[in-house]
Amino acid sequence: MITLSPIIYGIMKITTTILLAAFSTICLAQKKEKDSIAPVDLNEIIVISKKTPVHLKQPKSLATVEEYLQQSSKVTMVRRGGYALEPIINSMATERTVITIDGMRIFGACTDKMDPVTSYVEVSNLSEANIASGQQGSCHGPTIGGAIDLKRANLNQKELGWKGALKTGYETNNQHKILGTSIGYNDKSFYVNSDFTYRDAGNYKAGNHEEINFSQFTKYNLSATAGFYLGKKSLIEGSLIYDKATDVGYPALPMDVALAKATITSLRYSYTPVSSYFLNWETKVYYNTITHKMDDTKRPQVPIHMDMPGWSDTYGYYSKLKGKYENHHFMANLNSFYNKSIAEMTMYPSNPKENPMFMYTWPDVRTFYNGLYLEDRIQISSNADIKVAANIGIHSNKVADEFGLQSLQIFYPDMTASKNRILKSLSGNYILHQDKFEYGFGLAYGERAPSVSEGYGYYLYNSNDFYDYIGNPNLQNEKSFEANLSFGFKTESFTSNLTSSFFHIQDYIIGKIAPNIQPMTIGASGVKMYDAINYAVIFNTDLNLEYKIAQYWNLKTLLVYSYGKDDNRNNLPFISPLRYSGSLQFKKENFNLGFGASGNLTQAKFAAAYGETKTPDYVIFNFNSGYTFPWNGNKLNIQAGVENILDKYYTTFSDWNKIPRQGRNFFVNVSYVLF
Amino acid sequence: MKNFKFLSVLILAITFFSCSSDHDAAPEPPVDETSGLVKIKELSNDTHIIELYSETGILTQGYNQISLRIKDKAANTFVTNASLNWTPIMNMSEMQHSCPRSSIEKISGKQTLYGGDIIFQMAQNDTAAWELQINYTINDIKYSAKSDIAVTASQKRTINSFTGNDGVRYILAYISPKTPKVALNNMTVALYKMQDMMTFAAVDNFKVKIDPRMPSMGNHSSPNNTDLLQSSLGGTYNGKLSLTMTGYWKINLQLLNASGEVLKGEDFTTENLQSSLFFEVEF
Repeated sequence: MITLSPIIYGIMKITTTILLAAFSTICLAQKKEKDSIAPVDLNEIIVISKKTPVHLKQPKSLATVEEYLQQSSKVTMVRRGGYALEPIINSMATERTVITIDGMRIFGACTDKMDPVTSYVEVSNLSEANIASGQQGSCHGPTIGGAIDLKRANLNQKELGWKGALKTGYETNNQHKILGTSIGYNDKSFYVNSDFTYRDAGNYKAGNHEEINFSQFTKYNLSATAGFYLGKKSLIEGSLIYDKATDVGYPALPMDVALAKATITSLRYSYTPVSSYFLNWETKVYYNTITHKMDDTKRPQVPIHMDMPGWSDTYGYYSKLKGKYENHHFMANLNSFYNKSIAEMTMYPSNPKENPMFMYTWPDVRTFYNGLYLEDRIQISSNADIKVAANIGIHSNKVADEFGLQSLQIFYPDMTASKNRILKSLSGNYILHQDKFEYGFGLAYGERAPSVSEGYGYYLYNSNDFYDYIGNPNLQNEKSFEANLSFGFKTESFTSNLTSSFFHIQDYIIGKIAPNIQPMTIGASGVKMYDAINYAVIFNTDLNLEYKIAQYWNLKTLLVYSYGKDDNRNNLPFISPLRYSGSLQFKKENFNLGFGASGNLTQAKFAAAYGETKTPDYVIFNFNSGYTFPWNGNKLNIQAGVENILDKYYTTFSDWNKIPRQGRNFFVNVSYVLF
Repeated sequence: MKNFKFLSVLILAITFFSCSSDHDAAPEPPVDETSGLVKIKELSNDTHIIELYSETGILTQGYNQISLRIKDKAANTFVTNASLNWTPIMNMSEMQHSCPRSSIEKISGKQTLYGGDIIFQMAQNDTAAWELQINYTINDIKYSAKSDIAVTASQKRTINSFTGNDGVRYILAYISPKTPKVALNNMTVALYKMQDMMTFAAVDNFKVKIDPRMPSMGNHSSPNNTDLLQSSLGGTYNGKLSLTMTGYWKINLQLLNASGEVLKGEDFTTENLQSSLFFEVEF
């Protein structure tokens, strides 16, 4: 805390003042107001596949979850191949964000981040993705950058009877074949819903027909939900996602994946009380287990053959209560999870008589978290709202394996097996509507604990900067001071939105070169130990414009600027250069057409200090069209298009080892509603 | 399959019968202080049987921790008041020599058990064999026993016998960790110099530098090793050995004298992938 700069004190002071002001307003605002209108939702929501009529579906309905998320101005993706892209929210990756499926915490089992949570779901499982920036996302757990909650699809209770659809798709670039079914039955007292998707893709080709070896994948995903109405007010629902990917290539990494398997289960109880104060009470218990097995047997040349399996099991629950009282809309979320993460590395010497070389790369780390989130949105006047939220959590880590603990004690001889932390978060937002304008302003403070890799990783090789990383159990909590601003202007034909968020992150966790320690991995440049720098600053701002040109024509543009520096004014890694996209869409009845362009400027502010190099600019063009027509008394929807029309050979700032992205790709998605 | 079953039964039967006959032959002493130890050998003379024990029951090239006790043949009891010393002798066709060994002391907390250690710098072979001479005194009466002992070759390098730059012959023996772990292990070695063929003396105030490497994995090293230093004069050299994974490790060594001059061993470089002085561990 000695390193607190005066600016931080300033920000803290302001935060406290604003929050105090907000709370006092709550007290003052007890005078009767008109029953409030629906509170403003600050989050960005991407609709994926709500059970909407087929002709209202997205232009590429069988796109991957990652493709959907990339539509958000807050999200970019680190890409290590054709599969399992890692979402970055507000220029911050997995450690600084929380990604949940219907509020469930899930942790990937791969030490090399080859299996982000998003890789274990399918679009058909989901109805929408709720993207929250910064502390707005702290409802499901401590975060710095923000959160994505992937919402499961729910059948509409009103439409009784059977529902079913067949889906299939093909993409030419990587012979990506998609096959899926969706079957559901809806009764007055219960419902059952199931989805199955199979994807199989070969190697993709970058621009100029360059084949990218080891970029293939095969994925099966099965999802089932069953719910029973217990009277009119309550519902009990069980759900299951079983996801299995095999033979997944990671061309940007030295290893592939033989198996990535997740079983995600939950039991939810939802109660809608009669009381006018409480709107809904939902409680869920969940369990998920992930097995991840890396594989290098298909690579032509490896310095040493190795096995790197990982396992991650999470048990958890949450209990969420929503209510309203006069001009208050409040929510409380009591939640907890217990995660067990183990990863091993076994290397096989060329001399078969020699013992294999074994180590725990994640030494059976148990993470136990208990948190309480409270939120209140107050309508302080007919055109102004305040939202205040606080989160407090008790976070503990324990290295359960003695072998693993002793391994880490090589680096930290005084380290103990357990470490407890308290994580706090506080945020306040003010939203003002005036005629066609909307203004928003918010301040927030949040903390996060180091991830398993940051705290307890053991010789984790990063093939992007060529360093072996060692965790640091003595890391402080990372603390974020955040300010955000938004400005909106809306008329019937024109919508504009400008949002900005600024993060001053204290004790920013990053790998620091340990010059006296030699790497373990053959060919690595050295060892980095996770450590904290005094602070880092990250700033993101985006401008969304939507213009209704004519009755059926819509023009959309997006412009995003990001900035990230450490305390020595070095650029941070994985900060996007100026990125932009634009699309022109035509939509009339059962027909739609779209033409789009997207690109990045040159990444001139690359993080040289962290091993990044310059990435050139690019722009690609896409085209899509869709039509829904009756067929055999049912509806058939066909969507087709071309991505990267000009077959541009390009790579972006977030492509691991500058692996090129997909070249020209023709796709066709077909869905047929059976009943 | 039938034959297999029959054989299994037969083997079981034999095992049981042999076990029971063992019990009959060897009457247990009232308090057995040798539990956890395995008998290596018995040396006997007219009056006594000297039993040698170790954790493994075999003597190997390198450092051996040996426990022993003296049984009075007549009284059929174990002696508790002996004072002993020993001399291992290597009989070669051309010459004889001994090896470094400690004195023999009563093991603390034990009544009948004495202990010491011997560092065999070589194993036996077709033309050379070890024998052990034990001289002991009980109630001022001197006795002696002598026997051949088998010293097997060590699979891994656990001992270095070499001449330093100073012309002195040194013996550097690996003592522990006996069961290496992926951890910061406490490492202990013994350092002796040869004064003559029969006399060896502990060397004081030297330093042993260690540099563990994995030859099967690009010769990577490990962090936070410490040099081996003596904690007391005449004693062993101790330090920290860090082993970051299981497998085969070559611990490259350098021996430095009291003024910091390297007497033996070389730095690891890209040209020189091992020191001439090293130990090996595999786990």
